[in-house]
Amino acid sequence: MFSLRRQHPSFAHGIHPPEAKDDTKDLPIKQFPFAPVMIVPLQQHIGKPALAVVREGQEVERGQLIAAPDGFVSVAMHAPASGVIQRIGLAPAINGKMGPAIYIKPFAGSSQEVAEGTPCDLDAASADEILLAIQGAGIVGLGGAAFPTHVKLKVPEDRTIDTLVINGVECEPYLTTDHRVMVEQPQDIFTGIRYLLKVTGAPRAIIGVEANKAEVAAALRDAVPADLPVSVAVVAVKYPQGAEKMLIRALLGREVPSGGLPSDVDVVTVNVATTAEIGRLLPHGRGIQERVITIGGPAIRKKGNYRIPIGTPLRFALEYAGMEENLSRVFLGGPMMGQALPSLDIPITKGTSGFTAFTTAQTSAPGEYPCIHCAYCVDACPLFLNPSQLGLLAKSGQYERMADEFHLLDCFECGSCSYVCPAHIPLVQRFRAAKTVVRKRRAAAS
Amino acid sequence: MELLTAVAAIGGLTFLLASLLIVANRRLYVEEDLRIDVVEEMLPHANCGACGYPGCRPFAEAVVAGLVPPGKCSVSNAEGHRAIADYLGIAVGEQVKIVARLACAGGSNVARQRAHYSGSASCVAAAQVAGGGKACFWGCLGHGDCERVCDFDAIRMDSHDLPVVDTTKCTACGDCVEICPKDLFSLHPENHRLWVACKNQEEGDGVLAACEVACTACGRCAMDAPGGLIVMRDNLPVVDYSRPHATAEPIQRCPTGAIVWLDAQAGVVKGAASKKILRHGALPDAPT
Repeated sequence: MFSLRRQHPSFAHGIHPPEAKDDTKDLPIKQFPFAPVMIVPLQQHIGKPALAVVREGQEVERGQLIAAPDGFVSVAMHAPASGVIQRIGLAPAINGKMGPAIYIKPFAGSSQEVAEGTPCDLDAASADEILLAIQGAGIVGLGGAAFPTHVKLKVPEDRTIDTLVINGVECEPYLTTDHRVMVEQPQDIFTGIRYLLKVTGAPRAIIGVEANKAEVAAALRDAVPADLPVSVAVVAVKYPQGAEKMLIRALLGREVPSGGLPSDVDVVTVNVATTAEIGRLLPHGRGIQERVITIGGPAIRKKGNYRIPIGTPLRFALEYAGMEENLSRVFLGGPMMGQALPSLDIPITKGTSGFTAFTTAQTSAPGEYPCIHCAYCVDACPLFLNPSQLGLLAKSGQYERMADEFHLLDCFECGSCSYVCPAHIPLVQRFRAAKTVVRKRRAAAS
Repeated sequence: MELLTAVAAIGGLTFLLASLLIVANRRLYVEEDLRIDVVEEMLPHANCGACGYPGCRPFAEAVVAGLVPPGKCSVSNAEGHRAIADYLGIAVGEQVKIVARLACAGGSNVARQRAHYSGSASCVAAAQVAGGGKACFWGCLGHGDCERVCDFDAIRMDSHDLPVVDTTKCTACGDCVEICPKDLFSLHPENHRLWVACKNQEEGDGVLAACEVACTACGRCAMDAPGGLIVMRDNLPVVDYSRPHATAEPIQRCPTGAIVWLDAQAGVVKGAASKKILRHGALPDAPT
């Protein structure tokens, strides 16, 4: 796969969807107003739900701890606004289930000062104390997966991390949050990296940035403090370059084994926005109660990048941003890996990197045709799976075979195969369904 | 001379291999109960696994070994059980018919949709897209995965896109239980006739905006049920089937008909106070 044109490192396969970032990439991050009622789900992360530590009717200060982590794979929640706890009850969640949530009614006239906590001093704190502080600050992967960051940073004892990779690729079309964070918060990123280097014990860090943000990479490179072992690497514009396995492949030429983690190749990857939040919050002992999101897509009137309180109902956010008349579909996240939403009554959570809205013209789906074995999907799959074969097996319900013989569980649902399929077969959706059934069966068997 | 050598070589080899086979036949002989084959022939060959064994052959082995009575095969009928029991000279064993029951009554004539789902026509796939298009988060999505997965043709989607289990055909193999992404199916003895046909855990009349036959957690059934038969848990009545439960008393005051009596003859019987549903067409979508 040699090419004379390639200037920047990348991975093999992948696709080139329209980037669609021009509308919002130059818009500064703006503070989003408070909704009349905020809904803070107790489960915004992968793992066990947090435990509420407030009562109905209690008054809380913005940034105050309202739910404590329940076990290691769990993180804290903080009040997104000064107000009163209206009730603790069920609220719709993005996974299509109702889950427990804290409803907060913000005080109308409050100055909304953020509560200060116990600062986590970079020089004095040990690695374990920093991990606890990260868990206590409620930090999860802000790229979308919402995996608790402190769990990710807990390096297995038999591994030595030689590189910390900061993921500033943001390959998902329409989303520009990481872009804006890198432009506006370089110092927070560097502070965050100092904490992360101490926790992981890595001697150096690389910030990976996609070539469509080359000027951001140049600015970051110029701003790196002299005492910080950080380099900024530009990688080729290609989807899904932002997947951690693909980024490690591009930056270091290492391949994370099937079913393995980056730590198996001595690497830890952290999203750049997560890093910035660590650098912004830990020195003040604060918890994460707002995040940067992109509201974009053709059906949005006031597109932009916003620092939005966690728990803001999507309906409020959409009404503030303004919807076009012919809006037909709203995605949580971007159009490649995001989820179409059946309802606007869900809140913004820590894992929400943005939402995109589309009109009827863009979402009218042509019908599905039979697979003609053109193998476009095989050439697109960044993990070298065989989506065509998997798709046929999924259609005939042979889920076990998909998992046992065709590495179904390695698929991270980037959507490249569905994107290139000329027969419009909903491959990724079938794989998701198959994975659910396989996991259910395996859980029942064990 | 050459001819003789050839005949002797082949003949010798034949004798050697034949004696090897004879020895192997003697030494490696596996004593098997011939009745297993006969019993297996009498079984329905569904290989469904509902009995708890991997298939009909292992079940036949267990029956012959006396580990399990023939009545445990839920696919065979009383006649079939009798035949096996008579052949082996053992007791038929308990023949409690077990069937799959659906804990949802929200067909399209009573339950609203909150979004148009246009993807792959399967419940499991639809459930991946933020839970599917149904307004009730717990309700049946109605794309018929259970109908397709049933090997016995016992599940049929009715005109309101709600699965109906034909209890005469259902063998309790559990395939529908496994496939349903909303976990609405469960296996019950047929004599569990008091049935809560709802899984909505929300409290109050607000749930009726999503589904007209949802449980509002009013608790009347729990109050009317004799001594602790029904308790409210997660805003839903839970029937304790270990107590005597052959009473239709608890269903009578249910305002929505979420708790029903599954009569052997009359089918689904709702309480006297439940709201009558006369609508046949689909409800319009819930406002978004």
